[in-house]
Amino acid sequence: MATQTVSNLMADLKDGKFVFTGELEPEKTTTLEHALEAARKLKGYVVACNVTDNPQSFAYISSLAASYLIQQKVEMEVIYQITCRDRNRIALFSDLLGAGALGIKNVLALTGDHPTLGDTPQAKPVFDLDSVQLLYLIRKMVDEGKDLNDNPIESPPQFFVGAGANPNADPIEPELIKCAKKVQAGAQFFQTQVVFDLDIAKNFLKETSRYNVPVLIGIFPLRSYGVAEYFDKNVPGVKVPEELLEALKKAKKTPDKKERKQKYNEINLNYFANFIKELKKTTSAAGCHVMSVGYESIIPSLAEMVK
Amino acid sequence: MIITQQKPLEEILKMLEPFSKVFIIGCGTCSTVCQTGGEEQVEQMAETLKKEGKEVTGSVVVEAPCDARLLRRDTRKMKKAIEESEALLCMTCGAGVQDIVQHLKKISVPALNTKFLGQIERIGEFYERCRACGECILYETGGICPIVRCPKGMMNGPCGGMFEGKCEVGGYQRDCAWVLIYNRLKELGMLDLYKSYKPPRDNSQLNIQPREIVLVKTRR
Repeated sequence: MATQTVSNLMADLKDGKFVFTGELEPEKTTTLEHALEAARKLKGYVVACNVTDNPQSFAYISSLAASYLIQQKVEMEVIYQITCRDRNRIALFSDLLGAGALGIKNVLALTGDHPTLGDTPQAKPVFDLDSVQLLYLIRKMVDEGKDLNDNPIESPPQFFVGAGANPNADPIEPELIKCAKKVQAGAQFFQTQVVFDLDIAKNFLKETSRYNVPVLIGIFPLRSYGVAEYFDKNVPGVKVPEELLEALKKAKKTPDKKERKQKYNEINLNYFANFIKELKKTTSAAGCHVMSVGYESIIPSLAEMVK
Repeated sequence: MIITQQKPLEEILKMLEPFSKVFIIGCGTCSTVCQTGGEEQVEQMAETLKKEGKEVTGSVVVEAPCDARLLRRDTRKMKKAIEESEALLCMTCGAGVQDIVQHLKKISVPALNTKFLGQIERIGEFYERCRACGECILYETGGICPIVRCPKGMMNGPCGGMFEGKCEVGGYQRDCAWVLIYNRLKELGMLDLYKSYKPPRDNSQLNIQPREIVLVKTRR
């Protein structure tokens, strides 16, 4: 990372701090009530928050508009997620210039989920570029100040550019090569898909350490047994460890709501604090990307425990 | 081969509702192989239409209805029966229907849905294998096309929707094109092709639609 520091996220990673990023998922809204509230809860505990771009192809508010408003109203630095699903290269370029103009500093370049998965499966998928090509486009805008056809940009944007990665991929080799391509295209950091299994995280970090690009391992605190069960059954390739699932199942039987919530918290704190401590101690992980949508309350205690 | 499938009968009858006299045109090439517009299916369709109270003025299976020369040749002796009809029922692909409309100048009703450009594994088992995108990249991808076999048309490897070599689109039934490509190139000792960055595709020529190839200009 020889280039100029453009964001707090970039600065912390450059300093070698173990960073936490959070995730905000604005939905069908114009007021962003829930996302703003979540951002306020996360403020001070994460260096920046991802703002999702129609995740799983559910049609939500524009991630660019949401990113801007979250940054403005909460003063929370955002990682603007931009996907190739709904925009061709003209629209991607245009939105990225918009992001630059609106003071967005971090961008996460993703291919995006397929429309068949979401609430508007009738939509025409775009995918004019893929994630690697999108990274290439963004770095060309930032580094050369040009579009894909070498037309100059008047005052090019400055972004810290990240990519996704999936340590759970099976087979893993094609994914690892793809990560190498993302680095070649200019990815400056990785945020991974949710990982529960430490060995999977360790193996992935070992394989990607040669790229010298900071990797933030994705974790997903489970706010209830229901969430855990859903995750385990419906997110292929991600298995919730049996002992964690069992503990949550047992906690579910607690009749008192407050007590039950406390038990859930304890189980999560215990599991993820150990997970993070182990990452810090034994791996090159640059931090954790905490996807705790709807369960932001866990983050302060978790951050405290792993200090 | 162009893979076709017969439309539901109700849909065909709905389109034919205003017409009592129908002439049926089949296809001796793709639709014959797909068993959607060969001799047998044309005969069956004639029987069905008769049962539904239609008069079938005649039928013909044209060798290839999408070829204007063959269409003219094979319909020549049926001229009277065609003229007597009020509508032509086309058991052909969309290219066939449009050739029929252009040259026979009658109301034409498609009996089939044109599904895709495919490979026939056995009768009744068809797989889409080419998008006719216009610029073939099969050499670079080990002979497996990511444009048609990856729902996102990824160019640089699998996406996060791959699990155990299967694609999440369609519920993990289909192989992930990029895992197939990776395995194939590895087998061939050509992984460098996988590792190299594939730039965005140049659609500038493909965008000019409909695509036409006219090698020799003829007088029209």
